[in-house]
Amino acid sequence: MTMQKQTFSSPIGNSVQRKEGPKKVTGRSKYIDDIEFKNCLHGTTIRSTIPRGKIKQINFAQDIPWHEFTVVTAKDIPGQNHVALITTDQPFLADTDINHAEEPILLLAHQDKILLERARQAITIDYETLPPVLSIPEAVEAQTIIWGKDNILKSYHLEKGNIDSIWSKADFIIEDTYETGAQEHVYIETNGMVALANKQDGVTIWGSMQCPYYVQKALIPLFNFTEDKIRIIQTETGGGFGGKEEYPSMLAGHAALLAWKSGKVVKMIYDRAEDMACTTKRHPSRTHHKTAVNKDGRILGLDIQFIIDGGAYATLSSVVLSRGTIHAAGPYNIDHVRIDAKAVATNSVPYGAFRGFGAPQSIFALERHLDQIARKLNLSAEEIRRRNFIRDGQKTATGQLINEGVDMESLLDRALKHTHYKQKQRQFLDDNISNTKIKKGIGLATFMHGSGFTGSGEKYLASKVGIQLDRDAKIKVLSASTEIGQGTNTIFSQIAADALNTSTEIIEIFTPDTKYVPNSGPTVASRTTMVVGKLVQSAALGIRHTLQKEGYLKPTHSEVEFRQACLNYVKNHGELTVMAEYQQPPGIHWNDQTYQGDAYGSYAWAVYVAEIQIDTTTYETKVTNFTALQEVGRVINPILAQGQIEGGVAQGIGYALYEKVNLKDGRMINANMTNYIIPTSADLPHIEVLFEEVPYAHGPQGAKGIGELPMDGPAPAILNAIAMATGLELKSIPMLPEDLMKAFYEN
Amino acid sequence: MRGLTPDYEMKTPKNIKEALQILSTNSGEWQLFAGGTDLMVSYEAGKLTHKKFLNINALHELKGFVVNDQEILIGGGCTFTQIKNHPIIQQEFPLLVNSAEATGAIAIQNRATIGGNIANMSPAADTPPVLIAYNADLILLSSKGYRIVNYTQFHKGYKRADLRADEIIMAIKIHRHQGISHSYYRKVGTRAAQSISKVCLAGVACVFRGQNIEWIQIGLGSVAPIPMQAIQTEHFLNEKDLTHENIQQARNILMDEIHPIDDIRSEAKYRKTVAGNLLTEFLESLKK
Repeated sequence: MTMQKQTFSSPIGNSVQRKEGPKKVTGRSKYIDDIEFKNCLHGTTIRSTIPRGKIKQINFAQDIPWHEFTVVTAKDIPGQNHVALITTDQPFLADTDINHAEEPILLLAHQDKILLERARQAITIDYETLPPVLSIPEAVEAQTIIWGKDNILKSYHLEKGNIDSIWSKADFIIEDTYETGAQEHVYIETNGMVALANKQDGVTIWGSMQCPYYVQKALIPLFNFTEDKIRIIQTETGGGFGGKEEYPSMLAGHAALLAWKSGKVVKMIYDRAEDMACTTKRHPSRTHHKTAVNKDGRILGLDIQFIIDGGAYATLSSVVLSRGTIHAAGPYNIDHVRIDAKAVATNSVPYGAFRGFGAPQSIFALERHLDQIARKLNLSAEEIRRRNFIRDGQKTATGQLINEGVDMESLLDRALKHTHYKQKQRQFLDDNISNTKIKKGIGLATFMHGSGFTGSGEKYLASKVGIQLDRDAKIKVLSASTEIGQGTNTIFSQIAADALNTSTEIIEIFTPDTKYVPNSGPTVASRTTMVVGKLVQSAALGIRHTLQKEGYLKPTHSEVEFRQACLNYVKNHGELTVMAEYQQPPGIHWNDQTYQGDAYGSYAWAVYVAEIQIDTTTYETKVTNFTALQEVGRVINPILAQGQIEGGVAQGIGYALYEKVNLKDGRMINANMTNYIIPTSADLPHIEVLFEEVPYAHGPQGAKGIGELPMDGPAPAILNAIAMATGLELKSIPMLPEDLMKAFYEN
Repeated sequence: MRGLTPDYEMKTPKNIKEALQILSTNSGEWQLFAGGTDLMVSYEAGKLTHKKFLNINALHELKGFVVNDQEILIGGGCTFTQIKNHPIIQQEFPLLVNSAEATGAIAIQNRATIGGNIANMSPAADTPPVLIAYNADLILLSSKGYRIVNYTQFHKGYKRADLRADEIIMAIKIHRHQGISHSYYRKVGTRAAQSISKVCLAGVACVFRGQNIEWIQIGLGSVAPIPMQAIQTEHFLNEKDLTHENIQQARNILMDEIHPIDDIRSEAKYRKTVAGNLLTEFLESLKK
């Protein structure tokens, strides 16, 4: 009898079912608020109601049994009162100075949620108010200084060629200013944390988060503990989009402080209103473009001033600004580029990480500006791009040599052909003449998005991943990279299974828990698949090589043989763990001082096309069709990849047309789902997702990052389409019907 | 959760008689709770100031429809789902189907009642403009008997109406043979579905040969402190020809007649302009 060899097709490129999918769709997944902790207290936060000032007095109303409550103020902090991230300017609890509305001042805990809410409402605070800075122009003007010497949280200066040498040679110099608004993440699960904290056990945190090791890093100085005494466990997380990158450190700190003082487990879950009002949002931006261009459409020089509103504290603004700056010149080959970029402080709730991380802001400005230039030159939107695209062998604004074998021009051609762009454009222009009620438009945006941390970031992170063959002969992936709905668990199991030549079912993903998993870095920056996935692959290959070297496994094997090899190995040697650590691919150089060099290991490239129609009765814009074509290296899981793109496009449509953070005196007055308008399925078009796959040499099985990319293109493509339909010069988002009406009337 | 459950009291009467009896001495301490879809939102936000509720959601006397040759009676407890599915309403009062479908989400339509919608007195509600256009009457019931109020006369100011604390909206009565030749409904919300209106216009008209308006009746939402009737605009348009000049003038009259405000959802200027645009769209449609 011959044993039949089972052969596997590689799981790479197959839409393997989500690891946690069945649990999620049947409601069995336990999110932090679903997990019961016996005898736990509930915590809540007292926040500032003014954007800037000093705390004079905290008043506790008479009719509350305050002795039953755990009350924490800045004075109760055992260690240092700052949220450790990049700088240390942000306190966990305001002590005397208030720098933004909704700033946490005092924490309360009680086992009875109702009494807790009554107590929250019974505390009032007297302030001495100070004049706030609430906009980018006010911050730049610097008549009132609220941060550092000049309200500037961070600035970059990037220079390629000599821009000032070019103005006199240009046929045209075209200038304009573009603005983008804040955006709320609206993850489906609000922020929530549970903490246990005492001297002998240290601190344990369970909660919804993207980056367990960021939370650990923030809690070390808060308690002056060593890292082994701060344990962070990620629970099932309902979305993040960057909103659970840095903010969870704040909430975890609050829960831990209440747990420390009360000696009990403390649970803190934000309701939607609190989550929207007090957590981070996308940075608003203002970009000024001055462009030297020849009459044939060749861009000679780009002079860009890019400013983002960072809010009251530095948080991640410096890195958001960095990514926005590097992406500001787009996928174009331009000899002379100067970018002056600033993140300024205002007395708004601190802005933070959000899918795209500064790039959607600067890309919006550039892609809108290019259309405006094209119009002035009487060129088509596609032609001006075609004449300036970067090609292999050319250098980006940071001087990075592009040699990935990507061809933006053929991507553009494919998109134009697929969408019948030219034909539709002609048709729409004709229709718009006769139809006074409906105006149709088509527009595009071409862009790229860097995968992984900027510059030397990945080298400094030095991420680690482990693969373990445990005592039960199971294969486990140990990493701190979190599943937040985007598919980490599934992608990792596909990569590991492929490396081990086995099926994905036998791969288990270890819960991100800092006690057991190595630091594979934060789950951000489109880095999980490309950077961490590569480490998963290396470690899995390490397991396979060990099994082969020790004679348990032949170079080719069936699944049965693989399982048997695992069993045999464990029986004889016990468990086996192989670690992999990030090694920078050769030839990558980055200079943090000059901002020159290889900004990212690789880029994903894209051409997005939006079709819209405007109802001239109501000035409403509806996106009627959307095509997203991108080159993302090898696609590991087509359905998950498609889902990421569709979700990003939907979020981009919201960013362009619906979502407006309405601020009054620095407070969000529409902090609810009724009045913060995100698009529903009724507002969304068919979104066609197309991939071009050019394998990336240093990604796992050739993959690059895609998480943020789809956030970059929709807003400029849509606004370009509206501009085509109306002939208006539109320079800001969100473009609500009210704004479009104003533009019509001003014209 | 910001509403504190122990602070609230809810009583559920067994039948309408008991409800009316409780209400007979009511001087405002009891507020009616029908579908509760608006009250629950306020409760969740901690903004529900009223504390005592009389739950009339299960009262069968308020449910159901009565149809005779002359009129249709819609029970105050009918949900929007029941309304949009009713065959006579679908045939004869399509604007009610439009407004019911435009209200909230499906789950809201399953629970929210027309009586509750009226009594809630929101100027942004989706159905009241339709009731104005159809010239509906309200049948108000109390322990003392019933009275009939024409809906166009019902609202008296922001969240004030001709409704006593001892009364329940028993039914909405609409005449079946009004001679309507054209009708129009358009809600402009903050998005395509699950939104609150920024402007809403409902209109019906009797038009002779696509040229002359014999009569017209128009209701609007979100342009005044109350769901309002465009009386001056109607007055101007009655017995007028559908000329470009008349349409333009009607638009100007309407824009003067309404008093929208800037708020969290939109701006007065937008509301005014779009209300004018909706009227133009409606009047243009009368030519066909």
